[in-house]
Amino acid sequence: MKPITVIRSRTVVMPSTNIDTDQIIPARFLTTTVKEGLGKSLFADWRYDADGRPKPDFILNRPESAGCRILVAGRNIGCGSSREHAPWALVDHGFQAIVSTEIADIFRNNSLKNGLLPVVVDEATHAWLLANPGAEIEIDLAEAQLRIDGRDPAPFPIEAFSRYCLLNGVDELGYLLSQDAAISAHESVAPDARRSG
Amino acid sequence: MPSPRTLFEKVWSAHEVAPQSADTPAVMFVDLHLTHEVTSPQAFTMLRERGLKLRRPDLTLATMDHSTPTRTEQVFGGAPITIDSAAKQIRQLEQNCAEFGVELLGMQDARRGIVHIIGPELGVTQPGKTIVCGDSHTSTHGAFGALAFGIGTTEVGHVLATQCLLQKKPRTLAVEVAGRLPAGVTAKDLILALIGQIGVSGGTGYVLEYRGEAIRALSMEERMTVCNMSIEAGARAGMIAPDEVTFDYLRGRPRAPQGAAWDAALERWRALPSDPGAVFDKTVHLDASALEPMITYGTNPGMVVPVSGRIPARGGDPVFDAAMKYMGLVPGEPIGDAPINVVFVGSCTNGRLSDLRAAAKVLRGRTVAAGVHMLVVPGSQSVKAAAEAEGLDEIFRAAGAEWRESGCSMCLGMNGDTVGKGEYAISTSNRNFEGRQGVGARTLLASPETAAASAIRGRVTDPREFLS
Ligand code: SF4
Repeated sequence: MKPITVIRSRTVVMPSTNIDTDQIIPARFLTTTVKEGLGKSLFADWRYDADGRPKPDFILNRPESAGCRILVAGRNIGCGSSREHAPWALVDHGFQAIVSTEIADIFRNNSLKNGLLPVVVDEATHAWLLANPGAEIEIDLAEAQLRIDGRDPAPFPIEAFSRYCLLNGVDELGYLLSQDAAISAHESVAPDARRSG
Repeated sequence: MPSPRTLFEKVWSAHEVAPQSADTPAVMFVDLHLTHEVTSPQAFTMLRERGLKLRRPDLTLATMDHSTPTRTEQVFGGAPITIDSAAKQIRQLEQNCAEFGVELLGMQDARRGIVHIIGPELGVTQPGKTIVCGDSHTSTHGAFGALAFGIGTTEVGHVLATQCLLQKKPRTLAVEVAGRLPAGVTAKDLILALIGQIGVSGGTGYVLEYRGEAIRALSMEERMTVCNMSIEAGARAGMIAPDEVTFDYLRGRPRAPQGAAWDAALERWRALPSDPGAVFDKTVHLDASALEPMITYGTNPGMVVPVSGRIPARGGDPVFDAAMKYMGLVPGEPIGDAPINVVFVGSCTNGRLSDLRAAAKVLRGRTVAAGVHMLVVPGSQSVKAAAEAEGLDEIFRAAGAEWRESGCSMCLGMNGDTVGKGEYAISTSNRNFEGRQGVGARTLLASPETAAASAIRGRVTDPREFLS
């Protein structure tokens, strides 16, 4: 995972609410056993026609979307299936951040683990972003701020631990492995005691 | 006096290896890790790349369900699996389980089935456990008073390597369901009505606890249907306090505690329900006695109306308009006019024996309407065997429906069991997202009773017409 500090990019805007992970990557592409190469199937059913040709009016197929690293989506993006293939596909396509007013729980978790920054902003900032597709904006992870020229910076919530991992490009497994002694201690307690609460 | 605690808090605190701090999330121990062919390959690869072992093979159980075929000749007869990549994924799971010492209930195992059906059947799903799986409908297991939720593949790797997860403590939401469900109204209708009420993100950040008279009156299989769809409201998990119904279900199951261990377990389990006066972060109310059979009309499970109702007229909302365009339905029209091409009875929501019995009761002595393709897929091989033992397969076949081997099948169409472009399917599964059951497929979610009644008429039908 590459460290993330500041992401500066134009935005791609998909205003639909409740964009579920079945749309981000349809199930028929999940028979893969690797993480790479899913970018071409990102939003496949919205992006290609029945013959597999790109639909010219779909936002990701438009020339202005090329090279954009920030996706602004309607409320509750990532709901539905827990498939990590969704952030894998977004990252493989080149996205580094997802911005919305609400990001579904498991998708948010999965994104954090793949260097895809989930950014939950206030309604006013979101409304501005929806109204100004393609705007060049800046997301500063160290400051936990989304910055738009001429507006006050919009803070976004991010847990200290996730921020540390993303800023340093380290994954969480190392930390879990370092808990070995505590895990062993827990395991040695009889299940009775553990489960009775 | 210790302060009163919720069911969730009791299970959570008993599994904290290290508590949450300002800088770090909690480290939570996992009692049962279920895994399947679709969300595990990359996790096993990670273990291999880092030279890690599986920490607790004894707490890990694998099966195959998502991309497996449902045709008997492909499961048992050696006929080739149609989709090459699916066949490869299945072989990969076999190899991974052999290499890392994971117990696998494989293709021809009589105990194979949808991962959320077999856990309870085997009795490995138990009150007070923490249960995870790389699958969002892991919430199903919460019906037993377990804390159960779906995780991504990176987290599958974390659990394989450490038997632990990093977790931020969720908030609690009490869902108080008063009254009793009227005849012909099912647990599926109850959960669809709830999602319609609180919305598809109404549970985000919460663990739900379903409570109240209506919940206590549900059978174990009905409780699983309710908890299964907690994720459809965005919730981290759904839970129901264990009681005599839970214990009766588990008693004698192959992997439930036996003898003295059973008595000890019972004592622990009886202490789990939320204490009187325990405080939830939020509460919502629902009156079961006022519910009707429900059906979805749109492209998420929150877009739901009674089968006797009309599609709402909400023109001008672009998201609503897009859903109506996709569904080819007209706002303001009765949903009962909607035609049906396909009926699917199955999935981890409604693929258990009681669900098949309910559909068979409606279909007995009747036939599926001309032009309607009905597929019945048991949730597990055990469900299939039990259904056949009481002749349900004969009822389905006689009505003109297809009867298959178990698996996820048309719930997500990964194995080639799909709904055609533009076709309408009534499905007893849990997601009506665009393309969920096949490219361009239009899904209406409902109970097994409503699905069977609609199959007979060839359009959306109130099952109570056939249940009197
Ligand atoms: S039946 Fe459907 S929802 Fe359930 S585990 Fe299988 S694919 Fe997921």
